[in-house]
Amino acid sequence: MPLGLALRGYTGVIQHLSTKDTDSALSDIELESRLIELGFVEGARVEVLHEGLVGRDPIAVRVDSITIAVRRREAMAIIVA
Amino acid sequence: MEAPLLHLALVGTPNSGKTSLFNALTGSRQKVANYPGVTVERKEGFFVTPQGRQVSVVDLPGTYSLRGRSPDEEITRDFVLGKASGEIVPDLVLCVADSTNLRLTIRLLLELKRTGRPMILVLNMFDIAARRGITVDVERLAKELGVPVVTSIAVRKGGTADLLALTDEISAKLAAEPTENSWRALSVSELRATQRDADRIIADCVSLPARPDTWTARIDAVVLHPVGGLIVLALILFVMFQAVFAWAQPAMDLLKSGFDALGGFVQATLPDGLLQSFLQNGVIAGVGSVIVFLPQIILIFLFILLLEDFGYMARAAFLMDRIMGGAGLHGRAFIPLLSSFACAIPGIMATRVIDNKRDRLTTILIAPLMTCSARIPVYTLIISAFIPAKDVWGFINLQGLVMFGLYATGIVSALLVSFVIKFFMIRDYAPAPFMLELPDYKMPRLKSIAIGIYTRAKMFLQRAGTTIFSMMVLIWFLASFPQPPAGSTEPAIDFSLAAIIGKALEPLLAPVGFNWQIAVALIPGMAAREVAVAALGTVYAIEGGKEAAEQIGQVLATKWSLATALSMLAWYIFAPQCASTLAVIRRETGSWTWMAVTFFYMLVLAYAASLVTYNVAVALGAG
Repeated sequence: MPLGLALRGYTGVIQHLSTKDTDSALSDIELESRLIELGFVEGARVEVLHEGLVGRDPIAVRVDSITIAVRRREAMAIIVA
Repeated sequence: MEAPLLHLALVGTPNSGKTSLFNALTGSRQKVANYPGVTVERKEGFFVTPQGRQVSVVDLPGTYSLRGRSPDEEITRDFVLGKASGEIVPDLVLCVADSTNLRLTIRLLLELKRTGRPMILVLNMFDIAARRGITVDVERLAKELGVPVVTSIAVRKGGTADLLALTDEISAKLAAEPTENSWRALSVSELRATQRDADRIIADCVSLPARPDTWTARIDAVVLHPVGGLIVLALILFVMFQAVFAWAQPAMDLLKSGFDALGGFVQATLPDGLLQSFLQNGVIAGVGSVIVFLPQIILIFLFILLLEDFGYMARAAFLMDRIMGGAGLHGRAFIPLLSSFACAIPGIMATRVIDNKRDRLTTILIAPLMTCSARIPVYTLIISAFIPAKDVWGFINLQGLVMFGLYATGIVSALLVSFVIKFFMIRDYAPAPFMLELPDYKMPRLKSIAIGIYTRAKMFLQRAGTTIFSMMVLIWFLASFPQPPAGSTEPAIDFSLAAIIGKALEPLLAPVGFNWQIAVALIPGMAAREVAVAALGTVYAIEGGKEAAEQIGQVLATKWSLATALSMLAWYIFAPQCASTLAVIRRETGSWTWMAVTFFYMLVLAYAASLVTYNVAVALGAG
């Protein structure tokens, strides 16, 4: 499932990135590059640590050893299981 | 100082401790300027190695890759590649890593290696990593990466000794081997492959403890709580406002009386005449009226730097992102707008953290609508002269309520303007992504903070000494020439160019209830808003000084109608009455157009607000 749908407390492992059909302002390639640069690569362990107040957005995600804040819109491109 | 023999560049991801390493290496021997043509801050410092090499080091903007997706990151890329205009190619690149968090830096380093520049990997904050039980096989890491590796503790005395020694060692044999640049922008699959390589190297050389930093998790449990986090944020803001408005006051009073004494000294020492008037009214009073804001500027930067070093700023952006998103603002716009309550100038400079151009521009355009501290003297004067100090609904002070209303109107109109920009001016708007690392909390280091405040205070004073000084000279000239004919009894200003201009502007300002004296006061008010108070005093021919400030209120109460006073308040919420802010907008956007846009939209809003306020007030019988 996409990480963008995960609730607080969710833990999982990144399966792949799928940047097609997200409604991010970034192009597919740009979004994918940025996600990789922040450590969202296949096999990384993720945990949703915190959620914002409005629409549970954005989310703070633990990616292996660092914490990244990202909006759910962009997190839809990260497929986890 | 001798010409530097060796040029270093510091490269690293955001939050890698690059700036504290820079401060540790160079101390206060720093020069802050802008890169030509762009508004990216260029920080260069100097130091001498143990073997006596003169070294210059440039602190490049933090980046996760060399792709250059923002002006900051383009500078870093061009600088490392030796393509930045007017810059010397660095002899040696120091790639700075947070030892507790190597993943992203190692990937960046593998990319940097392709540029062929000689490089050292600096494992910074090595003490924190050791305390958390992270061990790094430094020799093996150097072998796997093919780059010399050195550990450092930037915040501790002598913590950079190894780095200095290695710099000497490497620079002794530099230039022997010409290098080839094979860097080009990485494709997505190359990027992924590099991250895999980095992860493999880290797995080989670094052992991570099972448990993450518990302090960060504990603090975040409160600070990032959806509701609790906002309460904490509100508390921090409250303390910050309290500090800027109340704690800064004694220091500001001291500066003000210092300038008053200096002016009095000039008046007593020099004979009456043009030189005395120029020094006292033009130079000392004028530049002094701006320099008194130094304590507020220092305090606001103290808070911002402390929160930044601690790691809270990214959290504030996280909390505010969606709330501000409703008005079309980016989460990162929160801090610049907050700073604008002290002064729009540091606020606009702080928009550099917003990497999307349109988000940054929107923030710059609305920052001057936040009620800055220079409006306070004007508001206080008019409110105390016209608004009775009675209670409404039994417990709320009417004067305080009006003050609050003025602040609230500023904020609400800023949000509305941002909303309008989002829908009408920038049509193909899609919200820029919010992707931000939330770094582990770290104790702020006093030395680093002190250097940060020092460099900013220096910039502020330099501006006061140049731009504002020349503006004040111009205004003094307008208010003093031509001189009154001998034997005239009317105030000298009646004969001046300022009065001529004021009377010429009067027909334009009459519909909003302003007389020519107000028009005249608005002109020096362009240099700094609060100068209008002193200017009104001069125009109404009152002697300066503290009692006079109280008297101006009484004079205004007899000369102005309530409608005029309310109209003046409405005017001051919106009017682009600050030449320095406009100059900073020009510099930060790199365009005269955006400066003009800001000026005219604010002027139109001010005129409309005053027109409505005045006419409604007159209709209600306050004329």
